[in-house]
Amino acid sequence: MKPFRIGAGAGYAGDRIDPAQALAERGNLDALVFECLAERTIALAQLRRANDPGHGYDPLLQARMRAVLPACVRQGVRVISNMGAANPEAAGQAVLAVARELGLPRLRVAVVTGDDVLGWVRAHDVALMECPGAARASELGERLISANAYLGAEALLPALATGAEVVITGRVADPALFLAPLMHAFGWHADDWPQLGQGVLVGHLLECAAQVSGGYLADPGNLDVPDLHDVGFPLAEVQRDGSAVITKLDGTGGRVDRLSCTAQLLYEIEDPARYLQPDVVADFSGVQLQELGPNRVRATGASGQPRPAQLKATLGYRDGWIGEGQISYAGPGARERGALALEVLAHRMRLLGLGGAEQRAELIGVDALHGPGLGADRTPYSTPYEVRARLAVRCASREQAERVGQEVEALYVNGPAAGGGVTQSVREVVAVASALVPRQAVQPRVQVLELGAGPGAGLGA
Amino acid sequence: MKLQDIAIARSGDKGDRATLSVIAHHLADYPLLERLLTAERVKAHYAGVVLGEVERYTLPHLGAVHFVMHEALGGGVTRSLALDAHGKGLSASLLGMDVDPQSKA
Repeated sequence: MKPFRIGAGAGYAGDRIDPAQALAERGNLDALVFECLAERTIALAQLRRANDPGHGYDPLLQARMRAVLPACVRQGVRVISNMGAANPEAAGQAVLAVARELGLPRLRVAVVTGDDVLGWVRAHDVALMECPGAARASELGERLISANAYLGAEALLPALATGAEVVITGRVADPALFLAPLMHAFGWHADDWPQLGQGVLVGHLLECAAQVSGGYLADPGNLDVPDLHDVGFPLAEVQRDGSAVITKLDGTGGRVDRLSCTAQLLYEIEDPARYLQPDVVADFSGVQLQELGPNRVRATGASGQPRPAQLKATLGYRDGWIGEGQISYAGPGARERGALALEVLAHRMRLLGLGGAEQRAELIGVDALHGPGLGADRTPYSTPYEVRARLAVRCASREQAERVGQEVEALYVNGPAAGGGVTQSVREVVAVASALVPRQAVQPRVQVLELGAGPGAGLGA
Repeated sequence: MKLQDIAIARSGDKGDRATLSVIAHHLADYPLLERLLTAERVKAHYAGVVLGEVERYTLPHLGAVHFVMHEALGGGVTRSLALDAHGKGLSASLLGMDVDPQSKA
């Protein structure tokens, strides 16, 4: 049987579009997957939806669809994406609108919903994990914006069974976006744990797109990456037993080898033997990565154990404001003038009643990234030509946060000599917490939208 | 010799935890990585940055040692005041570590 060819069209919401179009046109793919939801993306999208009920999906959805739909429809490449974010139905309608605009004769979009568990989380006052200052959902009160469970591949299978060319979801575990079409193509069962583990491996290797094919790897002189400006997005050739070859299009930049694949294999994984997913507990501890030739790596040896009893959910909540300002100093004594600027700002924050607020005051170019131990106090770095003073303060209100940047700007006239290039920013913090919810809390549903027809009947999943 | 001469590194975020992988350019250098990069040594390197425990996992067949560093991201990416809230740059810092060529023998 010929392998199933599956490509990655995005590694995050803002990713490049031209490499996805190249994969759609030249990848000879069976499926193209766009993973576009970071932890707090849905909470931010929910805020947009509150302002406009027709929005709340990925802002680049239409641009991506315009770029890939013509080739995908022509060649029968299924498009699967979590770009639905906080409003998968509206996203589905937006995909149809693009198809209409492109003059496509027909298109069906399957929309998967059911990940929204905000009502359940409120009603059951779930216990929170990783949430400083709140133990249960009720303590967040009106600050709670969103709660979405990570659906598994299981929730996407009915959507794939409809035959729709495009599948749009909200929150789904990232690797499950890839696992689902593999289960569908090969008929893997929900308890084929080793195959599911291998499918999760394929999904995890592809979900960050170029991070497995030479992106985020170059270190001139130590690790050179060819044509980084044109790094090709990856694809996998997957066999029925789950073994896969990771590769990229000929003629694109980047590199696929043991180093690139191992770096992605372990990226944001905790215990490699227990990678918790909605469909399976994947075990990557025995994964083998074999270089078959230029830009071709065979990935085998993943396994799996029965899936966890509960699903993980991510909750988004408002968590105050951050005010920030920056100013640069150069030439002899730049570091000392930058340090004096921070001293001045410390006094000013006390005068404003922000002396006790959580804050970071640092010199970019000296100690901003990793503190004084790794930065400022190491001799090769002690006298930089230029520094940039940065102050960031956690504030209770927008008004307070605005004062932070204003105080940095006031250093132009009132601060040390020759400071320049002030920038200031204010942002509302939308933080995330996690919770575990029982599987009964989610009821995935599929709705098929069709070009030229009204909305199809909802299909219970 | 620096760690940068024999390995690459990549860090990522998971809540308030940073993950950190160090991968040998050549599998032959893996035993050196495993000897050098104990959880204690890595925790000491990031003193003042990583406030919690450091766990280590080893994958000899891939030439990789992998760390999970707790309380490493200023309370978590979404609420951190840090310039590099994701801790993306943590990996590069470790590559400046001196590697004693003697310990390679």
